[in-house]
Amino acid sequence: MTATLSKPRTSFGFWAEFCRHPAAVAAAVAVVAIIVLAVFAPLIAPQDPYDLSNLVLRDARKAPGYVGQGGYIHILGTDSQGRDLFSAILYGLRISLQMGLVAGAIAFTIGALVGSTAAYVGGRFEAFVMRLVDLQLSFPAILLAFVVAALLGQGKSQLIVALVFSQYAYFVRTAHGAASAERHKDYVEAALSVPMSGWFVVTRHILPNALPPLIVVATVQVASAISLEATLSFLGVGLPPTEPSLGMLISTGFQYLLSGRYWISIYPGVALIVLIMAINIVGDQVRDQLNPRLKK
Amino acid sequence: MIAFIVRRIWQAMLVMLVMSMLVFLGVFVIGNPVDVLISPDATQEIRQRVIAQYGLDLPVWQQYLHFMNSLLHGDLGRSFVYNMPVSELIASRLPATMELAVIAILLASVVGIPLGVYAGYKPDSWLSKAIMALSILGFSVPTFWIGLMLIMVFAVQLGIMPAGGRGETVTLFGVPWSFLTPTGLHHLALPAINLSLFKMSMMIRLAASGTREVMLTDTIKFARAAGIDEHTILRKHVLRLISIPLVTVFGLELGSTIAFAVVTETIYSWPGLGKLIIDSITSLDRPVMVAYLMLVSLLFITINLAVDLAYAVLDPRMRKGGGK
Repeated sequence: MTATLSKPRTSFGFWAEFCRHPAAVAAAVAVVAIIVLAVFAPLIAPQDPYDLSNLVLRDARKAPGYVGQGGYIHILGTDSQGRDLFSAILYGLRISLQMGLVAGAIAFTIGALVGSTAAYVGGRFEAFVMRLVDLQLSFPAILLAFVVAALLGQGKSQLIVALVFSQYAYFVRTAHGAASAERHKDYVEAALSVPMSGWFVVTRHILPNALPPLIVVATVQVASAISLEATLSFLGVGLPPTEPSLGMLISTGFQYLLSGRYWISIYPGVALIVLIMAINIVGDQVRDQLNPRLKK
Repeated sequence: MIAFIVRRIWQAMLVMLVMSMLVFLGVFVIGNPVDVLISPDATQEIRQRVIAQYGLDLPVWQQYLHFMNSLLHGDLGRSFVYNMPVSELIASRLPATMELAVIAILLASVVGIPLGVYAGYKPDSWLSKAIMALSILGFSVPTFWIGLMLIMVFAVQLGIMPAGGRGETVTLFGVPWSFLTPTGLHHLALPAINLSLFKMSMMIRLAASGTREVMLTDTIKFARAAGIDEHTILRKHVLRLISIPLVTVFGLELGSTIAFAVVTETIYSWPGLGKLIIDSITSLDRPVMVAYLMLVSLLFITINLAVDLAYAVLDPRMRKGGGK
């Protein structure tokens, strides 16, 4: 009596369907490419942008295409300290992706466990948790993240707490909805009659079947976490200057934007937008494919 | 019915109380305002006097009780940095944020609803598809980035728009306003557009999906059968039928627009509440932070309460169900 009673879904069919949408495929390729670029940034980037001995002040604020003291072309120009912008963006992507993924994973775990436990336990506990979640969802995520980030101060872990706090409620709501639907199905009743522990039933039976909608929410939330992180870092309440994410790069380039040195701010922004849009497009496609109501 | 209203108001007050504790504790944890208040070369005696004057030597719970006591007497404390009552400081910044938020929402509605109705009315035309694609873009591109783009194009490259500030103001009812002077409007344009784009995307999508649904109903079939021309149908029937959810959203979004204004005000150096809170966070101005956060919490709790109560009046099922 295991979870194999759920309907079989071949991963092959899923991918075949996915590949029929060129925009989604392009977005998926972009996401993978960005992740590869970010992971292998130290190997790909022409310089280590945060090794101060690499920086030459004479190279500062040069337009894209400038050949610097290092002898290579700065394809995206340099920033106010003579740092190669392309390298800085690759390292920035690393931090932005890391923040988005870690925050998303923690929010996912908390949300999935709390939501499915609430659906399983029911009664006052369920009512209390869902009331709390509803209350929290009535505040905009950016406001919650802003308040928590402002209260906790700058730092990586502080920012992750802020992001998780502003996002876990979406996961709780989704997991609760999916788990409530599973809770009264025969296989769960059967598993409980054996008897198995509640924890085992929740984690081994209810949760796996509630996963598809959670995965969709996760893609959207990772994109929104990256966007939130960039916004908070831009406002100066996110990461400290020692952790230069994309939002930080855009923020430091902002002052040079007004004097026409657009590239310091624009190219990190383009990288950010491409990343967010690509994740969102992939997420939309996955959602459409997992939604039984759209199946013809 | 009355029991539901009383319970809901009681709940809102409880939430507000919990929020006040969280905010106070949270603000208390960050930084030491003594370093901001007193110059490092002040004598020990002056230090002690200033610390005692602001009550910073008391334990947290005493400071909280003291704060709540003065709050209930309408006193939000004094700003450490501006050395003036916080209530005055907020009152002086509020109009700038309000005019920005209200104009942004009006802009979002006036532009977004017609575009949305069109996209819902002719869902297969290329223009509708373009409108819907742009609305997705408006959703996913961060507000601060759009703000930078607007500055780069209109202020730096074309040089036709100011990049920041509020321009000339004119005083009406004892409050300075920007939207009544030509330079003020000129300065207001970019931040208002920036702030409105996210809301506009939402209005477009709501209006489009509403219109699509309404167009399939019998009302429209009969109106067409009666020979009423399409323009009148759209104006008299479709717009009226989709207006209820739009008006709800309009009200709900005013609160979140004020919250979002933090980003826009920072980019355009707009001297409103959002700029004030960012400045007070960097300068550890505790009373201002607490007051702003309490104000925003109050705003959202009041809006939620109003929406719940309005639904309770409108929807008979809610009156008995207890509003879950």
